[in-house]
Formats: sequence, C-alpha cells, structure tokens
Amino acid sequence: MTKSVFLGTVAAAGLCAGFASAATLDDVKARGELNCGVTTGLVGFAAPDANGNWSGFDVDVCKAVAAAVLGDATKVKYVPTTGQTRFTALASGEIDLLARNTTWTFSRDTDLKFTFVGVNYYDGQGFMVRKDLGVTSAKELEGATVCIQTGTTTELNLADFFKTNNLSYIPVAIETNAEGEQQYLAGACDTYTTDASGLASTRAALADPENHVILPEIISKEPLGPLVRHGDDQWADIARWTLNALIAAEEYGITSANIDELAKGTENPEINRMLGNEGDLGAMVGLDAQWAYRAIKASGNFGEIFAANIGESTPIGLARGLNAQWTQGGLLYSPPFR
Amino acid sequence: MSTANAQSAAFVRREMLAEQEPPLSERGVIKWMRENLFSGPLNTLLTILGLAAVFVVINLALPWLLHSVWNANSVAECRAIIAERYGEGAHGACWAVIRERWPQFLYGFYPSSLYWRPLVAFLLLFVALAPVLFAHLPRKMLWFSMAYPAVAFWMLWGGSIWVPVMVMAGFAIGWFAYRVLLPVSGAILASIAAVLAPVIWWLFLSGAVAGALQSVLPIAIQSVSSDKFGGFVLSITIGLCGIAFSLPMGIVLALGRRSDMLLVKALSVGFIEFIRGVPLITLLFTASLLLNYFLPPGSNFDIILRVIIMVTLFSAAYIAEVIRGGLAALPRGQYEAADALGLDYWRAQRLVIMPQALKISIPGIVSSFIGLFKDTTLVIFVGLLDPLKGITDAVRASIDWKGVYWEPYIFVGAIFFAICFSMSRYSMYLENKLKRDNR
Repeated sequence: MTKSVFLGTVAAAGLCAGFASAATLDDVKARGELNCGVTTGLVGFAAPDANGNWSGFDVDVCKAVAAAVLGDATKVKYVPTTGQTRFTALASGEIDLLARNTTWTFSRDTDLKFTFVGVNYYDGQGFMVRKDLGVTSAKELEGATVCIQTGTTTELNLADFFKTNNLSYIPVAIETNAEGEQQYLAGACDTYTTDASGLASTRAALADPENHVILPEIISKEPLGPLVRHGDDQWADIARWTLNALIAAEEYGITSANIDELAKGTENPEINRMLGNEGDLGAMVGLDAQWAYRAIKASGNFGEIFAANIGESTPIGLARGLNAQWTQGGLLYSPPFR
Repeated sequence: MSTANAQSAAFVRREMLAEQEPPLSERGVIKWMRENLFSGPLNTLLTILGLAAVFVVINLALPWLLHSVWNANSVAECRAIIAERYGEGAHGACWAVIRERWPQFLYGFYPSSLYWRPLVAFLLLFVALAPVLFAHLPRKMLWFSMAYPAVAFWMLWGGSIWVPVMVMAGFAIGWFAYRVLLPVSGAILASIAAVLAPVIWWLFLSGAVAGALQSVLPIAIQSVSSDKFGGFVLSITIGLCGIAFSLPMGIVLALGRRSDMLLVKALSVGFIEFIRGVPLITLLFTASLLLNYFLPPGSNFDIILRVIIMVTLFSAAYIAEVIRGGLAALPRGQYEAADALGLDYWRAQRLVIMPQALKISIPGIVSSFIGLFKDTTLVIFVGLLDPLKGITDAVRASIDWKGVYWEPYIFVGAIFFAICFSMSRYSMYLENKLKRDNR
C-alpha cells in the first residue's frame, strides 16, 4: 500500500516535472547555489563532519558541478534525502541533482522519468562472513541466516541468487546498516549482505576485521551514478560532461596539482579543448570556457576523488577494480571531448 | 487499697515489663522481605527470576559502563585504549563520540558561532512559560509570554526583526478590529472582521511594510536557513510549536464536535476522524512530498514550517478527543447551572465548563504532549536530521565513528527522558494543586 502510494506520487511528480522548471541552469545561476541531494550519511560517500561540512565521494560530484556552473565549489546546498524521499525531491524540483549512490535501473530511468548522467561507482552486492565459519564461497551458504535490509533491491537480488543456485536461506530483516552490523556481530545471522562498498567500510570499522572475510561472489550489478530530471537535456549534459571531465582528466593525467600548469596550454589538443584553450566546448553546454578546469580543480580528477574518500589509503580501503580506467582494465570510459 | 490489692493477688505483676524487640521474623529487613518479596511460592519464584534478570543486565552493562573512554578521536582509538587499560577482549563504552559531536546532537548544523541564539530562545522559553505554569507569578509577565513566539522565531531563524514584529502586529490588528466593530456592528461581524483583517494583513501588506521598515530602520541579525536545523533544536522547535498551537486548536475542535450546529459538528468530526485515522508518517510525507506539487512551482514553502503544521494538526485531533472526554465527564448540572446564570455560550465555556473539563483532562493532555514530542523523531523520514536517527546516522557515516551503536542512543534517550519526565512531573504537580474533592 505504501509502495503504491509512493509510486503514484512519483508518477504524479513525473507529470509535473515537465513544466516545473524548464531551464535548471538558469534557476541554479539565479539562485547562486546548487541544490544537491545526498544521503543522510554513508561512510565514504557523503557524511557531515563535526562542523557540518559535507565530504565524500558523492559530495565531490556535487562540488564539481557547482564549480563548473557557478564557479565556486562551496556554493552547494546539501539536501539530505532518504531512500523514500530522494526521487520525489528530484522530481519536484527541490533538488537539481541527485548524487546519492543510486543504482541505475531501467524503471528508474524510464518509468520514474529521470536521466542518469553516468556511473561514478560500479558496485555490486556481496557477502561478509566470520572467518571461523569456514565458508569460502557464497555457494556454500546453504541454510545460512542472512541479515538483509528490507525494501531494497539487495533483498530481491538475494532471493534471485539463492534461487538460481538452488540453496535455501533464512532472512533476518534489518532496517539500517548500523543495525545490520550490530545483528551480525551479535551472531543473529551467519552472513551480512549489502553493497560491496558498504561491506568494505563495515569490515574496516569492526574491532577485529581480520576475523571477517568478504566472499568473492558479487551477485548483482549496482552501477551508482548521479541523476537529473527528464526534460532538461542541457542540464543533463552539464552534469554528464562534468562527470566525464573528471574521468577523462584522470585518463589524460590532469591532476589538481598540475592543472594550473596544463591550463596554460599543452601539446595535447584534447586537454586544450577540455581546459578551454582550444575550441568552444563550454559555450556548447551554455557555460564559459573554464568550466571543466574549475570542475577538476574543485577536488581533483576521478582518481584523486576516489583515493581521497574511499581508496586504498583510506580506512575503507576499496580497490579500484571495475572503477579503474578502461586503459587499466576497468570500466571507466569517457567519450572524447571534441 | 493498692497495697491490699498487691498483697491479695501476688500473681499480678506490679510494674510493666520493659518493652522487647519483636521477634526476628517480624521486624526490619527480614519482615520487609518476607512480606514484599517472598510472601508465597509464586512471589518467591518471581523475585528470584527478577533478581536473575537484573543480575544479567548489570553483568552485561556494568563492565561496559565502567570501561568508558571519554578522550579519543575515533572508535579505533577508543578500542585501543580499552584494550590497553582493561586487557584484550574487554568491552567498553566509547563516550568520546558524544564528547566530540555533542553540539551536533543538540544543534544540528546550526552555525557554531551562533549557538547562543537557540540557547537564549530556550532559556527565555522558561521565562515565558513561568506565568502560564505557576499562577502566583505576576500577571504582567503574560505579556512577554504572548510576545515569546516572535522572539523565539527571531532568535532561531534570525533575519530582519520586522518580519516577526509585523506578524505579531497582525494579532493586534485583529484585536483592534474586533474592539472597533463590536459596538457598531455586533459580535458576529466583529468576530469575522477580527479573523479577516489579520489574514489580509499577513497576505498582502505585512511583507511590504516589513521591507519598508527594514530599509528605514535596519535591525537584523544573521539569518539561519532551515536546512541548518537539526538535533534537539529541531525536535524542540517542532515539539513546542506543536504543543503550543495544538492545545487551543484541540479545544476548539472538541467544542465543535459537541456543537449543536450541524456544519460545525460535521467538519470537526470529519477532521478529527480523518487525522486520527492516518498515521503521522503519512502526514509527514504529505508535507514533504505532495505539497510540493500542490503549490505553484517555485514557491519554496519551508519544510520545517510544513512539518510543524502537520504535527500540529495531528496533535490537535488527539487533544480534541482527550478534552471531549473531559467535557463528557462533567455532570449535566454544570451546563444547566451555567445556562441558569444567564451566561452566553462562550462565557459559560470560559468560566464554568472549560476550567473543570481541562482539569480532568490534564493527564491525557500531557500524555499527548509527551507522545508528540517523542514523535518529532519521525521527521527523519522526510530527510530532516532528528537527534535520534538522523544525527546519529550522520555521525556514524564518518569513518572515525562508524561502529558506535549504543552510545548515541543512550545519550539522546537520556535527554528525551529528562524532558518527558519533567513534563510528567509538572502534570502531577498541577493535578495535586487543582485537586478539589468533588466526587
């Protein structure tokens, strides 16, 4: 019942979205502030510090877009959204951009009338178990009790995985990540399942991470990315190419350290086009020539953002894996700036 | 004669025996335990079970509490300190998270240089409440109580002083309109004017006048937008507004429900039953999500204000039913006596009925208020950072504090307990003070 009401609301939202605001870019410029939807708190991706300043992997996307559009990475109003409110907040125009580890799915893209502008993190659902359980593969979890967040896609993925492998399991419903950790530690379930990035940060925060392992199987595709409303292609282009600029910057070796040097002009015409020394790419998306320079300058290129928030030097310690550049065997591949 | 008696009956004792202690089983601790703890097989069993339960809880919680760490910068550091002091495998509370983040639990993201403002608003609240709660204080203090909402608004949100002043001026205008029209046009027209005049003032004039005054006499403090609100500042703001506005609204609804006028009665019953039939979360979602579509695009109606309105409506329906219970409990003679004295409807309500009905309803009203205050934590579902889950999750989202579980809950729970317990104690004081043995 709640779900149908919710979907009805979102559908109504989609109808209204068409005329709610046609030119998001103008609205944002007039407001002088980017309204960016983030989570209410997820380790590494978005979290406020003791002074209320937000930081994280998703937050840096907001900052890059604000820097590109407004010329100032600090002019972002972070709107904490929950799993229930995120889509309506975007559809109703309360936020301009949703950067909240949201999985790109068919129905969200089409039925809910959003435009996913890219993928900033390739995630997938995994399992964590205690080492002394002696399990080395998720396929050995026959009859296991599984802590699982209710009402999420992870719940459905779990059912699919156990069904296809002809295994049985006993679900232990939990509401939040913190509760899941607590239940898992208390021994209420043999294994805890959620997105692999979440498992990594959970494991990193345990008192005895060496006694817990994350199983090698990844049972679902969770491409997480920022999204905008249908109906404003210019704004979607700005968000998409800002993200692409961060990815391409890593590929071409543009970092926050050498960008000022490179911005003076280089031998590489692609870098020159990106940083506004050649061509007029900025004008094509309704921005000035330095938009990509500012976006990259805000928190560095994709690799720097990854390393600073969730990379191997942080306590979360995620490896690049699928999130490496295509030249390194990953999936990150920005179309050319031309 | 006494000597004769004494001699004739040697077996009669002549002096009193010294008082003796009662037998061991009939005094002191043993008697108390026998009577209260072990008075029968069932009670003995229950006592033993109860003691075992208490022992288990203490056994779990006490070492944890005794091994508390206050000075650390992260959970990992806490664990290292506990392991160093109490040996490997010892568990302990990591209160360092509260020590570092307590301002966030109390103030949310309110700018730290302005923490004094919510604090001043909170302290002034007691000044404003005092004459309402304690009848022996000078009545002139009530003027401050009436001005308090504007003061609190200005302290919390800041901005130009003329905005709250102009809003309050609306009430003065309404009162003025009533007074001017009453001798001329009679009570009904005067009442209508008293409602219409302020509404017109607020909708069309007050903004312009406030702007003009601001340009003439600029008095303003730094404004703080609603998205900075969080933690207990948010909870107490929503809770207090809900309490303050829902009581009068509930009284009106209760009277409306008992009214003889069909339309008034139908509207009141419809409103009360609708609101009571819908969960609060539904109303909050309505406030946060649906209103965005009903309102014209671009009108940014403050989310906290929307939530306050919904919480007030919700609470008013419950208060109305509690007060209706109080009204129903009054003997019919009271109504008839008020009529016999020749009092009109409002005077009868104000002087005879309401004082008695409200007195009966005090425990129910205060329960509603306590429930309302605790319900403010539900605002997390519309993305506002309440102290219990919103701020706690935000704090846990920092890698330093990921892994703390009980400490924030205990801290927030203790503050909630202190506030709710004081409310309940005050209600008991009020009941005792108003106690008249009329039954």
